[in-house]
Amino acid sequence: MPGTYLPSNYLPVFIFLVVAIAFGLGALLIGAIFRIRRPYKEKLMPYESGIDPVGEPRVRFSIRFYIIAMLFVVFDVEAIFLYPWAVVFDKIGLYAFVEMVIFIFILLVGYLYAWKKEAFTWE
Amino acid sequence: MTIFEFLFPPGSFDIFLNIIIILIKIAVVIGVVMLHVAYATYFERKVIGRMQVRMGPMEVGPHGLLQPIADMLKLFFKEDIIPEKADKTVFYIAPLISLMAALSSLAVIPFYEGFVVANINVGLLFILAMSSLGSYGIILSGWASNSKYAFLGGLRSSAQVISYEIAMGLSLVGVMMMAGSMNLSEIVKAQAEYPAGIYAIPQILGFFVFVVAAIAETNRAPFDLPEAESELVAGYFVEYSGMRFALFYAAEYIGMIIMGCLAAACFLGGWTVPKYILAILPFLKYVPGIVWFVMKVYFVIFFYYWIRATLPRYRYDQLMAIGWKLLIPLALANILFTGVIKIMVE
Repeated sequence: MPGTYLPSNYLPVFIFLVVAIAFGLGALLIGAIFRIRRPYKEKLMPYESGIDPVGEPRVRFSIRFYIIAMLFVVFDVEAIFLYPWAVVFDKIGLYAFVEMVIFIFILLVGYLYAWKKEAFTWE
Repeated sequence: MTIFEFLFPPGSFDIFLNIIIILIKIAVVIGVVMLHVAYATYFERKVIGRMQVRMGPMEVGPHGLLQPIADMLKLFFKEDIIPEKADKTVFYIAPLISLMAALSSLAVIPFYEGFVVANINVGLLFILAMSSLGSYGIILSGWASNSKYAFLGGLRSSAQVISYEIAMGLSLVGVMMMAGSMNLSEIVKAQAEYPAGIYAIPQILGFFVFVVAAIAETNRAPFDLPEAESELVAGYFVEYSGMRFALFYAAEYIGMIIMGCLAAACFLGGWTVPKYILAILPFLKYVPGIVWFVMKVYFVIFFYYWIRATLPRYRYDQLMAIGWKLLIPLALANILFTGVIKIMVE
């Protein structure tokens, strides 16, 4: 019956997400009733070890963070490709194994290139 | 057709009942886990206290047992300071994202046979996805605080979390190959069938990578650079106070419990006991599965504390080198070994 259809496996996940957000919000909102609020200028300053903040807080940062982010995308996609392969590994046997070794090998070349270019080295 | 029939077609009562049952399950899971989170802080302070030849909390209640409750009440009534220059909306949402991502991973954890809130096929993938989402909470809070310490902490932390995410994802591939599933309940059942009883033995390499990556993922010592007290004060949540701070803190400890649960379910046999141990000590089969599961989780959590009390913090370059140059090659080697051995056995 279409009326009674329930994606029963994923519905709890959705409800859990909603309950988790409600839990956090609830804790904050109930707390808001009880807690005091006495702001003044010094209290609202950004923390900088007790002295007045100097300069812009959003300082320039190392370009390496961007490289790490790009490498993350490459390797995370690799990991995602490996998952379905790993799950059905028993059924597909040697052929798929060899294919996956080739896939990992190609990525390994890129990995070694990144290593050689010192993308993983911080100083 | 009456309005009542339109709003509640036949069968809708079942759906309604179903949702009520799910809600009760979720309430039980969240309630129990939050209690464990509160007492994980107490446990941590006691364990580290003892390791440093101190007593740990002793004042509030017998042996300081009421300390977590006192802490909770204190944080609940504390002023909620929002810095003037902060990006208010993002500042408000960031701790909620962290908490939501940490809590909802609990949906797919099998606590004992048949008890799991959402028995989905891609349980492991869901947990990894949620731990990636958690890094949004970190980077957004670091950005929104508009403070140098928070900004640096947020940057460091997100780079660390995504680096170790890869190693962690790859270390679990071996487990998936052996179990032939991503459903955590199926993985536990497959382990019970396996001669060694736990995957930590054949997957020792994967287990090692997983444990190290799990410590780094949850920003714990010796990889606690994002919140390194002695240099960054508290890292990305330095500007947070009161209940919002408590949400971040809770998210971190829930994250630790999740990693403990994952280690227990994927590598240590979940709620089961290896058959050969049951053969020697048959009375152990009367111990309920949840007891085994909780014991395994607490073993992993104790291990976290032990490491925190033992090892000094790594430098940032060392941290990145361990993640990229050691753990990822090890995890890939583990996948290849597992594949070769499985092919040879067949």
